[in-house]
Amino acid sequence: MFEVLFFSLIVVAGTAGELCVSRAMKEIGEVHDFRPAALIKMLLRVVRVKWMWIGVGFMTVGFFSLLAILSFENVSFVVPVTALGYVAGALGGRFFLGEQVNWRRWAGILLVCVGVTLVVIGKG
Amino acid sequence: MSMSHHSEALAVPDSQTQSHRRLHLKTYLLILVMIIAGPLGNLMLGKGMKNIGKVTTKISSPSELLHVFLRILSSGTIWLGIASLLTFFVAYMLVLSWADYSYVQPASAMAYAVVALLATLLFGEVVSPIRWAGIVVICLGVFVVGRTNPRTTGNP
Repeated sequence: MFEVLFFSLIVVAGTAGELCVSRAMKEIGEVHDFRPAALIKMLLRVVRVKWMWIGVGFMTVGFFSLLAILSFENVSFVVPVTALGYVAGALGGRFFLGEQVNWRRWAGILLVCVGVTLVVIGKG
Repeated sequence: MSMSHHSEALAVPDSQTQSHRRLHLKTYLLILVMIIAGPLGNLMLGKGMKNIGKVTTKISSPSELLHVFLRILSSGTIWLGIASLLTFFVAYMLVLSWADYSYVQPASAMAYAVVALLATLLFGEVVSPIRWAGIVVICLGVFVVGRTNPRTTGNP
């Protein structure tokens, strides 16, 4: 029971965190200037965007759930979770960020899911 | 449909197609930075921490904690790892400032291929056939995602 809770937390919190960071960066807008000084200015702007902090909060929760689960569960159990993160990410991109996930992108994402699952199984 | 698209491209030879191409190029470049800097950073952090040894068995007083902390801070490998992970995160933020999350996330799965290559080339580890098969499937998936438009929101 605990495991299910932590697994869902890893997927949901990890992906939600990245989605929020993505949203924060969309608020900043496309970066054109890649010189160090401009990048530092960009970082100083990002820390004032609330989505960035919500994202960092989610990522922290996800990270500690991962640590928690690793303390009492074998790593191989993480397989379905890692793959599900890509599906969750695509859904979040579609509904939270308003991205157009067409059939081609879905097909690619599902291939990535299968591939990641194989990689993690192959490591075990 | 492809005909009309073609003639459109001919009618506007520079600005639109060029900025389109530039968007693709800088997206690919930054994802490349991500998939190399991320695994390298994790690898170096892991190496650095292993050099320091098992932390939990060593600490029995605050001064020892400080000692371990100072050893961590004086490790060049760990600093390189941190720098590498920072590079990863800045590249990640930059690419997300214009590209779709549903494009960047699957594309960054190419990191699995980099990890396997590092494992075989640097450490002579044996990577199982299942794992290589998975990497081939990931590459296929990333190729398919890569053929979609990196940006589907905001100003075109």
